[in-house]
Amino acid sequence: MTRSLVLRTPGDRWSVKLNVRVLVVTLALAVLLAISSVLALASGSHPTSFVDVLGTLANPAQSELTLIILEIRLPRVIMAILVGGALGSAGLILQGLVRNPLASPDVIGITSGASAAAVLFLWLGGVTGTSLLLAPVAMGGAFSVALCITALAWQQGISPARLVLVGVGLAAALTAVTTLLLVLSPDSTAMNAYIWLTGSLYASQWHDVTALTPWLALCLPLALIKLRHLDAQSMGEDMALGLGSALHGHRLLFLVLAVALAGSAVAYAGAVGFIGLIAPHMARRLVTSGHTGLLPVAALIGALILLYADWIGRVIFIPRDLPAGIFVAGIGAPFFVYLLYRLRRNLG
Amino acid sequence: MLTSLLARASGTLFCLSLLLMATVSSLVFGHIPVSLDMLVASLMDYDPGSLEHLVVRTERFARTITALVVGAGLAIAGVLMQTLTRNQLASPGILGINAGAMFFVVIGATLFSLTSPSELVWVAFIGAATAAFLVYFLGQEAGRGISPVRTVLAGVAVTALFVSFAQGLLIFNQDRFESILFWLAGSVSGRELNAILPLLPLFGLALLVALLLSRQLNLLGLDDEVTRGLGLRVGHARLLIGLVVIVLAGTSVAMAGLIGFVGLIVPHMARGIFGTDHRWLLPMSAILGATLMLAADTVARMIIPPQEVPVGVMTALLGTPLFLYLARHVRKVS
Repeated sequence: MTRSLVLRTPGDRWSVKLNVRVLVVTLALAVLLAISSVLALASGSHPTSFVDVLGTLANPAQSELTLIILEIRLPRVIMAILVGGALGSAGLILQGLVRNPLASPDVIGITSGASAAAVLFLWLGGVTGTSLLLAPVAMGGAFSVALCITALAWQQGISPARLVLVGVGLAAALTAVTTLLLVLSPDSTAMNAYIWLTGSLYASQWHDVTALTPWLALCLPLALIKLRHLDAQSMGEDMALGLGSALHGHRLLFLVLAVALAGSAVAYAGAVGFIGLIAPHMARRLVTSGHTGLLPVAALIGALILLYADWIGRVIFIPRDLPAGIFVAGIGAPFFVYLLYRLRRNLG
Repeated sequence: MLTSLLARASGTLFCLSLLLMATVSSLVFGHIPVSLDMLVASLMDYDPGSLEHLVVRTERFARTITALVVGAGLAIAGVLMQTLTRNQLASPGILGINAGAMFFVVIGATLFSLTSPSELVWVAFIGAATAAFLVYFLGQEAGRGISPVRTVLAGVAVTALFVSFAQGLLIFNQDRFESILFWLAGSVSGRELNAILPLLPLFGLALLVALLLSRQLNLLGLDDEVTRGLGLRVGHARLLIGLVVIVLAGTSVAMAGLIGFVGLIVPHMARGIFGTDHRWLLPMSAILGATLMLAADTVARMIIPPQEVPVGVMTALLGTPLFLYLARHVRKVS
């Protein structure tokens, strides 16, 4: 039996049922994330103590330390949390939508769309990865691909199987285009593009944070309110319709939410893979709940993965600053193999 | 679909003439055009002083052979996989086998400094087998056996895994950028004939085994129980076919890197023309696969001279429309 808390407004107009385990796990992960963030803020090529970090955060003074922590490390840490959280949530929504544990933004082509657009932009302009226009262009790519996928998969509504297959096909074509552009570009541009494709939080700044935050602020609450319809869909199309859920309308909404979350995250951090695939599974290991309860857990786990991946790439290989995407794959791959083993056992 | 023997024979003749045309154009067209007389002369009466002769003998000849072998190999591997998994979307590219082989080849090339395809091919086999194993286990669904959509997703996830590893290696190893990109993009150029020749016997053996298995392949299309009732050892046949797929895909990747969609498109073309009997399907797929690969490579040289479009990109762009078409009709075919 899962224990639940039920909160009601007077007169029972509104009520929320909270799963106690979800609450506890969410809180624990949030605390872990806070501690990890301070750890990440304290380490780097200019080591600082925890006390200094907390002191600077509480009471910023004009000093070199303040500059390092507040202007260089803090935006990067926040970006890791936001991007990881967005990708984790997008993965959860997509896996629920497609009803397949192997779906994720990178598998069904959203990330490839952003990548192709970004590499095209870098190729045309020959500009470095810091250009302000890069992120909107990449997001445009993600949305156009999602539009194409939906249009091509639409036959009197969206069928999850067709959605996945069409996404996979488009992803392959877009990867081909990306490769072509890479081969055609001069080596320096190609290397830049490659770092973007791997996913890196290098040189994240406050304006990135302010640009990404609204997307999450808009999408996550909406997802929290609407995700119960995904639970209805997971019982089958007939059951969802019987329960009064607008099947195709909600599928479209969830697709848009997933694309907005994944597209905005990838636009600012590059094509980080695997978080969308593995964070939802880790969440399901920790709590048994409907999608609404899983969302905060998956988001926090995604944030933790990217925070640590970025920390490893930044700190372990000083003076080199390696893209976080490498280490996400490094953490993701062993878990992926484990997942495979577990899925197999469940099925056997 | 051609059914009578006469129609099939003329179809075969037509495909063979296409292959001949593709082979000749692959030798003739390019940055330095070579006339037909010059081509014949360079093969019959080689003169190292002539630029055209040199181009044909040292560069194009090896390139044409590579394209032929890779195209035929991937097409046969595609037929075998589609029959084996009873999945019209299966192919060595989509199910991640090529990516597994590619990643192991990249490791061999960067970390262990292996260079010749005859050394790399063994590493490629290990990679292809690893990927095949992963996808096979991930693709099963409780009670329903292997589901098409799930297998494709498993393949894509495994591909993503290996490609992201290869990209990670690339960033660690920036001085090998060009070489790694070669494997990721897929290309049949820049190989010497001597480097490819040692692979051909192995490749021929795999082709031969595939052709000898035609009868078993025809039976595997039936229900498992019917197949057993007809006296076929299903497990043995599947394992043997799997090995042939791994050898064919591994050799192709060791020669040319990641080349997608040939294994998907060609079996569908061949099935459309010659029907589902593997005694026709396998040889015709080999011929059509080689033709497609040669044509794609020749066109890839001419689009944006003097640069070349990687041939893997060409085949992907050719194959995507077909994949999308199949994807829209997956419910009907499965």
